[in-house]
Amino acid sequence: MATANFRIWRGDGETGDFENYSTEIDEGMVVLDAVHQIQAESAPDLAVRWNCKAGKCGSCSAEVNGNPKLMCMTRMSDLPEDEAITIEPMKAFKTIRDLVTDVSWNYRAKEKIKPFKPRKPDAEDGTWRMDQEDIERVQEFRKCIECFLCQDVCHVLREHDLHEEFIGPRLMVHNAALEMHPLDTGDRLGDLKDDQGIGYCNITKCCTNVCPEEITITDNAIIPLKERVVGEFYDPLNRLLRIFKSKDSDEPA
Amino acid sequence: MAEYQHHEHDVLVIGAGGAGLRAAIEASSAGVSVGLVCKSLLGKAHTVMAEGGVAAALANVDDRDGWSVHFADTMRGGQYLSNWRMAELHAREAPDRVRELEAWGALFDRTDDGRILQRNFGGHKYPRLAHVGDRTGLEMIRTLQDYGIHQGMEVYMEHAIVALLKDGDRVVGAFGYDRERGRFRVFRAKAVILATGGIGRAFKITSNSWEYTGDGHGLAYEAGAELLDMEFVQFHPTGMVWPPSVRGILVTEGVRGEGGTLTNSEGNRFMFDDIPDLYKNQTADSPEEGWIYTQGDKEARRPPELLTRDHVARCIVREIREGRGSPHDGVYLDIAWIKEKLPNAEEHIKRKLPSMYHQFKQLADIDITKEAMEVGPTTHYVMGGVLVDADTQMSTVPGLFAAGECAAGLHGANRLGGNSLSDLLVFGQRAGRYAAEFARENENGTIDEGQVEAAVAETLAPFDRENSGENPFDIQYELQDRMQELVGIVRNEGDMQKALEVIDELRQRAQKVSVIGNREYNPGWHTALDLKFLMIVSEAVARAALERKESRGAHFREDYEDKDEEFGSINITQHRNEDGEMVINRVPVQSIREDLAAIIEENR
Ligand SMILES: Cc1cc2nc3c(=O)[nH]c(=O)nc-3n(C[C@H](O)[C@H](O)[C@H](O)COP(=O)(O)OP(=O)(O)OC[C@H]3O[C@@H](n4cnc5c(N)ncnc54)[C@H](O)[C@@H]3O)c2cc1C
Ligand code: SF4
Ligand code: SF4
Ligand code: FES
Repeated sequence: MATANFRIWRGDGETGDFENYSTEIDEGMVVLDAVHQIQAESAPDLAVRWNCKAGKCGSCSAEVNGNPKLMCMTRMSDLPEDEAITIEPMKAFKTIRDLVTDVSWNYRAKEKIKPFKPRKPDAEDGTWRMDQEDIERVQEFRKCIECFLCQDVCHVLREHDLHEEFIGPRLMVHNAALEMHPLDTGDRLGDLKDDQGIGYCNITKCCTNVCPEEITITDNAIIPLKERVVGEFYDPLNRLLRIFKSKDSDEPA
Repeated sequence: MAEYQHHEHDVLVIGAGGAGLRAAIEASSAGVSVGLVCKSLLGKAHTVMAEGGVAAALANVDDRDGWSVHFADTMRGGQYLSNWRMAELHAREAPDRVRELEAWGALFDRTDDGRILQRNFGGHKYPRLAHVGDRTGLEMIRTLQDYGIHQGMEVYMEHAIVALLKDGDRVVGAFGYDRERGRFRVFRAKAVILATGGIGRAFKITSNSWEYTGDGHGLAYEAGAELLDMEFVQFHPTGMVWPPSVRGILVTEGVRGEGGTLTNSEGNRFMFDDIPDLYKNQTADSPEEGWIYTQGDKEARRPPELLTRDHVARCIVREIREGRGSPHDGVYLDIAWIKEKLPNAEEHIKRKLPSMYHQFKQLADIDITKEAMEVGPTTHYVMGGVLVDADTQMSTVPGLFAAGECAAGLHGANRLGGNSLSDLLVFGQRAGRYAAEFARENENGTIDEGQVEAAVAETLAPFDRENSGENPFDIQYELQDRMQELVGIVRNEGDMQKALEVIDELRQRAQKVSVIGNREYNPGWHTALDLKFLMIVSEAVARAALERKESRGAHFREDYEDKDEEFGSINITQHRNEDGEMVINRVPVQSIREDLAAIIEENR
């Protein structure tokens, strides 16, 4: 056992400061364990979100020594021992209290994305047939645990605060999952271009680098979506086709 | 008078896991107004953690499967204490409920001919679990969430309900607070559905999160409803045991479904040594037969590692107690060995069990494609819960419904893996449908200000007390320690009597808990409020377990090691009497419909 020192952000959306804590560290502990121990020992009102403690729910996102991390998957033994560990809330969102941020914007923004709209069932038994090969790329996107760490690092949201103009990498991944779903018939390209601001992404790949689910956000989701948007709106032939398509796109699936 | 906000819905759903979401979707589609309340953010409920799969007799992988086989498997797994009507509805309706998820966007893994792939799981005769790698729960909850938000329901995230409000006999609303700011809310509703999940936080070693404090069980109990089968708590055989901070985190049964073996420190596959009579016909004679079963050989029988969870957990405890455990008090679960059989084993394991691979790699420095895992039992699921009508899911209190883990009846003495996710869908849908119907047939009730004021006072009490030195976390930890020790996998009379004393003492201490800080996102306060329901469910488990003087399914007593015929036809129910005491009843198991009895016989 060794003692570790922490600087943890305490405060609400208006004011706050780092406070110092220390606690004993046992073998195998993760940052979230240390936070819980501090809560039980000396700071019962220290606010933190968590659920699964196994990297599955995406609740415990925070910045550990400046890096966006799931606290439950960050081992104490992987952090430098000689200095205090800094834990602070995600910066791209407003702080509610301590390590808890207001992520409700992500939910509101998601609601505006056109939902899944399947084509008519075409197998005899009233369902569909899909090959594993054809769903694998969408399954990659559906691994997303909505931790919003990618939203946190994206400079468009974090530095430029363009939440109204740009939906961010998480919701690009969501769009990609719908657009590339073998059964989906929805058309989201216009929204992506206009309301959801896909053009703001300049492919820095910061989002991909922090994704705990190792989703290749930029290469597999955003770039193909950008290509589709370009193909759809800037290719003259497609522009013509669009006019016809939009006429029958209201047909029920 | 206290300040609070007032909300009104036809149907109020408490809980946004699989059961709550499915119920809310159904009620919305019936055209009534729906409010959906959950303690965490949307999409973070326990359901998100489910790994192995959802059981439904789609018969995509083995066409000998069908609802009747699924029904018989569920009844056998539950040691014939399940409500047969629920088991029937569940088996019949699960396939449609799963296919419906596909129509809402879920992408399950596929068979070679492009249908939903199904995998083997303990106690299921044929490969039956539709799945997505080992993250099936995520796929399910995200599908329901993304579909649900477009159905017109109102979602109250990070809100906790602490009391149900009654008008006469009937439940007509609920009282709670929002975790963010600590503001009080009163919800008036014509029907209320509990979908709050389980009670795993009453135990120290558990796969369950902070949310599992038995709120729905406690709310229903306080509102006068009956609880059923509370002695049956499922200890999953394989939780992580090392390092200490991850103890209890689940290792999916899918590992064994893909060919993983359990061995002791002597290298012996000990599960072959003890196969219960009920399962002799269905279990492999040799390791080779077991292996080819996991690889889809239809003639082979399943390896003993895939016996029911109660049995596997007890065998593991025996190995550890008798000194044949692994260094950290577990046994070995080995999937790496399949490299002897498969050329591309490493890739195969990573593809079939990606989150297990990550979990062990990141949390325990173990590469499961190369070495064995150390595992031991962990508190996982409660079969017991609110007693409900099989068809409508209404409790014994009018207007109060329950579905999912917080309801009881389907799983009897032991739940089969994969039967929970299907339970959520089938009975969530039914609860939603019948709650909407109830709401349409009944007028609004009256909210009694007195009840609201009492709830407000109780909720604020921890702030008003002088600092007594009682810390809510200490009390919770102590309860968990003692429940684990005294009412855990192996039980006896003396220990459980002791447990009741301990619970009493802790309940008194909980009355003195004081908290610091304010009402904004204050975990100390939240933990203090959770204690009440934790005490209720702990007491219910201990009392029911004392009452059942036999060993059956998940309930094992060293002072009554065998099954007892009389108890084999009895369920235990509990409710609160007017003096606030817990009353126990033994109720005879309903006699089964003839055609269903015949199905059970055919599948012996
Ligand atoms: C690690 C793990 C793996 C599992 N794997 C499988 C599997 O492969 N197959 C399978 O069939 N089952 C599995 N299970 C079991 C299954 O996941 C659960 O039983 C199931 O998800 C419970 O669903 P539910 O809808 O009843 O409750 P939950 O999904 O737990 O949802 C409960 C909801 O109620 C809310 N709530 C609780 N109390 C209150 C309150 N007081 N006020 C307001 N809201 C409240 C919570 O916030 C939450 O939204 C697994 C369980 C675990 C823990
Ligand atoms: S690649 Fe695009 S979405 Fe991702 S962080 Fe950079 S700008 Fe943001
Ligand atoms: S894409 Fe990755 S980083 Fe972004 S929310 Fe999903 S899991 Fe988190
Ligand atoms: S607690 Fe679920 S991801 Fe960390």
